[in-house]
Amino acid sequence: MEVPILKQGLYLIASIQAALSDVDLLHLRDALAEKVGKFRARGVIVDVTVLDVMDSFASRTLRDLAHMTRLRGAETVIVGIQPEVAFAMVQLGLTLEGVDTALDLEEGLAFLDKKTKRHMSRG
Amino acid sequence: MASEAVIPITTDIDVVAARQKGRELATVLGFVSTDSTLLATAISELARNIIRYARYGEILISSVQSGERVGITVVARDKGPGIANISLAMQDGFSTSGGLGLGLPGVKRMMDEFHLVSDANNGTKVTIKKWKR
Repeated sequence: MEVPILKQGLYLIASIQAALSDVDLLHLRDALAEKVGKFRARGVIVDVTVLDVMDSFASRTLRDLAHMTRLRGAETVIVGIQPEVAFAMVQLGLTLEGVDTALDLEEGLAFLDKKTKRHMSRG
Repeated sequence: MASEAVIPITTDIDVVAARQKGRELATVLGFVSTDSTLLATAISELARNIIRYARYGEILISSVQSGERVGITVVARDKGPGIANISLAMQDGFSTSGGLGLGLPGVKRMMDEFHLVSDANNGTKVTIKKWKR
């Protein structure tokens, strides 16, 4: 299951549509690191709203993704972690330390606008 | 009532299949969604450990009844190398594969019951149980 990556202005939005295997997650990580350069993106949003489980591998891969894109010059924000998923993550000791998160897509966009200091209209 | 599923674990796709099976049964039994998520996450971690440390194994998911109580038992077993130091593996933050650890202390926290048997000759067997609230 490939994750569609949309370009919106200076941002890339990866909207996860279904449960992902480990290989899918690694593809997403690598694709975003590459596309940040290709589209000269300043921000990345990964929407995980549909994910019903975030285990150690998913957490680690998202953390790596955020750090990789930052090294490429773009900020990443993870949006849409569901309350039950957040609870399970904390139980497992997965805190996504050093990774920015926001409630949903709208908050994620607002966060990136602030972080990248670009107050342009998103149309 | 006694529904049981056996999921062979050999690839990362099986990890997803196993946890989805667990959630399915939890939903059928009427688990609250938080508990279904905890169960699915625990199954995911156990399946992941099988692949990472033993390469293959299987996960058994079944409903259990004890008097009025209804619950789900999950057995994750493999014929891998076993866990050399179980008390160390049950400490938060411990890992031998450079990852985030076996996740076993976290799995134990998420479940109502947790039982681990492991040795070099017979591999590893983790049994967890979650009761419906």
